[in-house]
Amino acid sequence: MAATYEYRTCPDTGFKIDLNADKLIKWNAVSAVVFLLIGGFFGLLVALTRWPTVHLLDAELFYLALTAHGVDILLVWLIFFEMALLYFCSSVLLQCRLATPKFGWLAYWLMLGGAAMGNVAVLMGESSVMFTSYVPMKASPLFYLGLILFAVGALIVCFVFFGTLVIAKKEKTYEGSVPLVTFGAIVAAIIAVYTIVSGAVILIPTLAWSLGLIPYIDTLLYKVIWWGLGHSSQQINVSAQIACWYAVAAIVFGAKPISEKVCRTAFLMYILFLQLASAHHLLVEPGLTSEFKIFNTSYAFYLAVFGSMMHGLTVPGAMELAQRRKGYTKGLFEWLRKAPWGNPAFSGTFLSIVIFGFLGGITGVVMGTEQLNLIMHNTIYVPGHFHATTAGGTTLAFMALSYWLVPTLWQRELWAPGLAKIQPYLFGIGVTGIALFQMGAGTLGVSRRHWDMTFADATLTYDYPAAAHLMMALNGVFAIIAAIGGGLFCIQMVLTIIGKKKAAPAEAPAAPAAEALTGHGHGAGLAVPGTFVLALIFLTTFVLYYFVNWKYLSEVWILS
Amino acid sequence: MTEPNNTEDGPVPFMQQLLDNPFLLLFIGVALPSVLYTIWGIVDVMSIPVGQ
Repeated sequence: MAATYEYRTCPDTGFKIDLNADKLIKWNAVSAVVFLLIGGFFGLLVALTRWPTVHLLDAELFYLALTAHGVDILLVWLIFFEMALLYFCSSVLLQCRLATPKFGWLAYWLMLGGAAMGNVAVLMGESSVMFTSYVPMKASPLFYLGLILFAVGALIVCFVFFGTLVIAKKEKTYEGSVPLVTFGAIVAAIIAVYTIVSGAVILIPTLAWSLGLIPYIDTLLYKVIWWGLGHSSQQINVSAQIACWYAVAAIVFGAKPISEKVCRTAFLMYILFLQLASAHHLLVEPGLTSEFKIFNTSYAFYLAVFGSMMHGLTVPGAMELAQRRKGYTKGLFEWLRKAPWGNPAFSGTFLSIVIFGFLGGITGVVMGTEQLNLIMHNTIYVPGHFHATTAGGTTLAFMALSYWLVPTLWQRELWAPGLAKIQPYLFGIGVTGIALFQMGAGTLGVSRRHWDMTFADATLTYDYPAAAHLMMALNGVFAIIAAIGGGLFCIQMVLTIIGKKKAAPAEAPAAPAAEALTGHGHGAGLAVPGTFVLALIFLTTFVLYYFVNWKYLSEVWILS
Repeated sequence: MTEPNNTEDGPVPFMQQLLDNPFLLLFIGVALPSVLYTIWGIVDVMSIPVGQ
């Protein structure tokens, strides 16, 4: 027998929404957007400094801005949004009350306090240690304490999420398996638990070291354990973003996956193997064995990549099936041409799939190959890769879902629908340019995290090719475009939330989105020729790019 | 009445039972990278001979 709890009924979807879950989703999502704005601003300052002609900030401010950008975007914005998603995918999609809402609020305030503390520590100028905070660089204790509090808050949310799954099962609010989108959230939460525990294991002693309580932290040991946090946190993003892809496919098209078995197996690959990719940050560390490096980054990680390629096939495939059912059956791509490109939920999602797959995915595999890693390790190629994954993939996917989620949850009209139509393209084009030009400059050897590529005040100088300077300038131009796109999103969301209320629907909602999000079953058959052609284009690009990099390697590795 | 692992269509396949058990998945998802990445990495670091 289901326990009684306070809820409201969403006029658009018909979902019964627990009021505690409702508030927690909203507070976490708003906090996420605020930190996206702050972190994005710092990112623009970084890009304008790395543009040789502009060179905006002095060295001290540059490293301060780089630290704030990394922490606010890679941790705070993404994890706050993911916490909102965990509440949505459990309590709302499973139609049950939220477990221990008081712990949800404790978690929220811990996360907010921790994020604020970390930002204050950075802005005071005592903690410009960048996102990785490698020892023996020492930040103020406030910085480490802020990160620890933020992580503890996120861990509590994961337990609230798992508790809510137990309630839903016990009270039989769903039949059979949980919906696919909720399953994606489960995978994100599992990876989050490993990530946060790794963070606690290394950041607590580092806090003690910064307080002078312990004398020394081994630098290599720090790197090994820290990357269990640093890279795995990006794997939470991947799982959450793919859950968003499935959600938008269901919401916009009423799409069902080609095969739920395949989709869930692909998610299982993530649980088993995705977190092992952390080792690719350690590929040039001489103290670690080749067996450790190669097993984790190649044999095991390739199985997680296989999972990503399965999702890359099944999400567009589900969209194609749904479009063909509606009669868009001409040729290979009528389903894609007639897709709702003016709907930011769809355009953002499709761009996210393309940018994540073609730019982020392929380059991730190349960097994860021990030999190839040598030609781009610690160059600006690496930020090029992760801007494609976290900004082009995850951030764009979260933005896309927000265009449906925010007006629906808050029951508000979008503030500026015209701007919403162009925003995903602006942000997507900006991020694509950032990723491509950073990777291009990295291929020419430009180092990451360096304040001045001209080495104007350095004792030992080095002249990068003119093309590298041009690419860093273009990186700045595209960063401005991305910043405009990101800024428009933040303004759109804030003004939507405080803006005009939606008119109440005249009749009871048909709730197609709710049915598609929570339903089970497969699309009809495998008749998705357009998607298979897209997949073949992807595989051809993958193979060509992979082998082009072996050619580059042969040119730098002159042995004869 | 059906058994917990059975449905009207017959027994629930093993893989579905696995995928429907979030706590088993949580255990696997934390234990596997802890052993293959974290512990193996720590053992590698601890195995480096101390400089004389």
